[in-house]
Amino acid sequence: MSVATPVDLRTEVEPFLYREAWLLDHGRFDEWLGLFTDDATYWIPLQANQTDPLTTSSIVYDDRRLLEVRVRQFQHPRAHARMPAPRTVHQISNVQVVQVEGDALRVVSTLVLVEYRHERQRVWGALVEHGLRRTAAGFRIAAKRVDLVNSEAELDGIVSIF
Amino acid sequence: MNVQSIEALVQADRVHRSVYTDPALFELEMDRIFGRAWLLVGHESQVRNPGDFFTTRMGREPVIVTRHTDGSVRVLINRCAHRGARVCETAAGSTSEFVCAYHGWTYGTDGRLCGLPLPQGYERPAAESVGGGLPPAARVDTYRGFVFASLAAHGPTLIEFLGPLRASFDDFVERAPAGEVEVAGGVFKHAYHGNWKLVLENHNDTVHPAFVHASSIWAAREQRAAEGGAYSEIGVRQMLQNGAPWEVWENAGLWVAGYGHSWMADYHDDSRLVAALDHPAFAEYRAALERRLGREGAARVLGERRFNSIVYPSCSFMSQFRQLRIVHPIAVDRTVVYAYSFRLEGAPEGMFRDTIAFSNVVNGTGSPILTDDLEVYERTQTGLGVHRSDWVYLGRGHGGEVPDRDGALRGRTGTSEIHIRNQLAAWLEYMTGEA
Repeated sequence: MSVATPVDLRTEVEPFLYREAWLLDHGRFDEWLGLFTDDATYWIPLQANQTDPLTTSSIVYDDRRLLEVRVRQFQHPRAHARMPAPRTVHQISNVQVVQVEGDALRVVSTLVLVEYRHERQRVWGALVEHGLRRTAAGFRIAAKRVDLVNSEAELDGIVSIF
Repeated sequence: MNVQSIEALVQADRVHRSVYTDPALFELEMDRIFGRAWLLVGHESQVRNPGDFFTTRMGREPVIVTRHTDGSVRVLINRCAHRGARVCETAAGSTSEFVCAYHGWTYGTDGRLCGLPLPQGYERPAAESVGGGLPPAARVDTYRGFVFASLAAHGPTLIEFLGPLRASFDDFVERAPAGEVEVAGGVFKHAYHGNWKLVLENHNDTVHPAFVHASSIWAAREQRAAEGGAYSEIGVRQMLQNGAPWEVWENAGLWVAGYGHSWMADYHDDSRLVAALDHPAFAEYRAALERRLGREGAARVLGERRFNSIVYPSCSFMSQFRQLRIVHPIAVDRTVVYAYSFRLEGAPEGMFRDTIAFSNVVNGTGSPILTDDLEVYERTQTGLGVHRSDWVYLGRGHGGEVPDRDGALRGRTGTSEIHIRNQLAAWLEYMTGEA
């Protein structure tokens, strides 16, 4: 099932991922949300190699509805945990298209996120998997999974989007 | 620090900020509170079979909780008797022995030293010189499957200690059609830069949700409804419930008991919060419960509406939603909370999925609700460091306590700060009382 990434497919996907990172790093969360399909999920597993979001807890497991709530919360004047909002840099690399089935693509990448807020800088490392769908309007995210390398650690609250 | 100077810190309706900020008081707390009280360390389902173990903390002490070959649960200090290295590095597992990485000293699941290299090198048996092996917690006991340990040889029995809070554990377990619960679904470990008391003082604080959670309440209200049984339903409902009108919070029941414990109840009925009611799994669950308890018995169990129960100083749990938070003090301004979910044995899988969905939104490290609580604990800790103002005011509902059954007191309203005053009274008793 795993296929070598044709160079042209990877070069087609990369700008989409960079665009997504750019939107997040510039606080354009509504536009970011617009990249997702209506049945999308956004998942940050709690455990290494976690296979299931429904019977094991997750740092975040949002269906589209919860993801909308999460992003809308950012706009509220009393969104305390994001006052001030974190400033972030999403650094994406090691992009591979690992599966293509019709309009559906599975894309893996690595993410280094540098986050600054309240006199404190945190650096996150993650393995990321995008389930993309090719649509008339371009790629859309049907599923995004972010495996933090320290997901099982004792962690302070997480309010950045990965 | 003498008794008089500590007594001056806790007054009828206020407390001195140093109770949250003074490192010397924190050291005393580790000895006099976490070194004495019954602390919840876990649940028997985490050590189901002989050899099963998990590691956790009692206060700051690292411990291993094991099921010994004789079937008993043991709680052992996780420190080699030889040179002091931590013996067990694994979060959980099953083993016949614990072997220290440094010089191979080997301990049984009861902590007994059962092997070491070159034993002839000692003038008398090493086990005698080191007191037998890994030191056990002085006392271990369980209630309804929940494992408690105390580092003090003397003190109230577990039953005396829990008092009327036993009913909250009963509620937790009675909800299971098979009459048992088990830890399942992983453990959140969330941390904040603040004193350990702040989380315990917050869980039964019914005035904070409208302000701390204003943003998630608003975001949830703006959200379109979903069809029954949707994954997100229980989480969205909890956000909305945080925005309940004042009369709901005022009318909630808030009780306190000896040793600093408290519980909150009757602030919502199931139809407002429990998504499972709309879930096809719920009818199946109720039927399973009725098979064990009969129709009336099941109605009684499901009619119990306890929200947070707090067993001071170690934990807070939600029997109705199968959530347990264990509080680990790390430093005067650093705390880690472990949050567990439980499976109701004999209940359909859909019920457990609802529990996990609830845990993600309420206890998850990335929760839209919890992250605002953590933020406020940190702002509180920062503010308590201000030297120009020494007192924290806890007067809401003071003087309005109403005696209730089983020796409990009830706040005149559900928004009373009676639970915080009660915790601080227990704090003072531990800190100034004789061992």
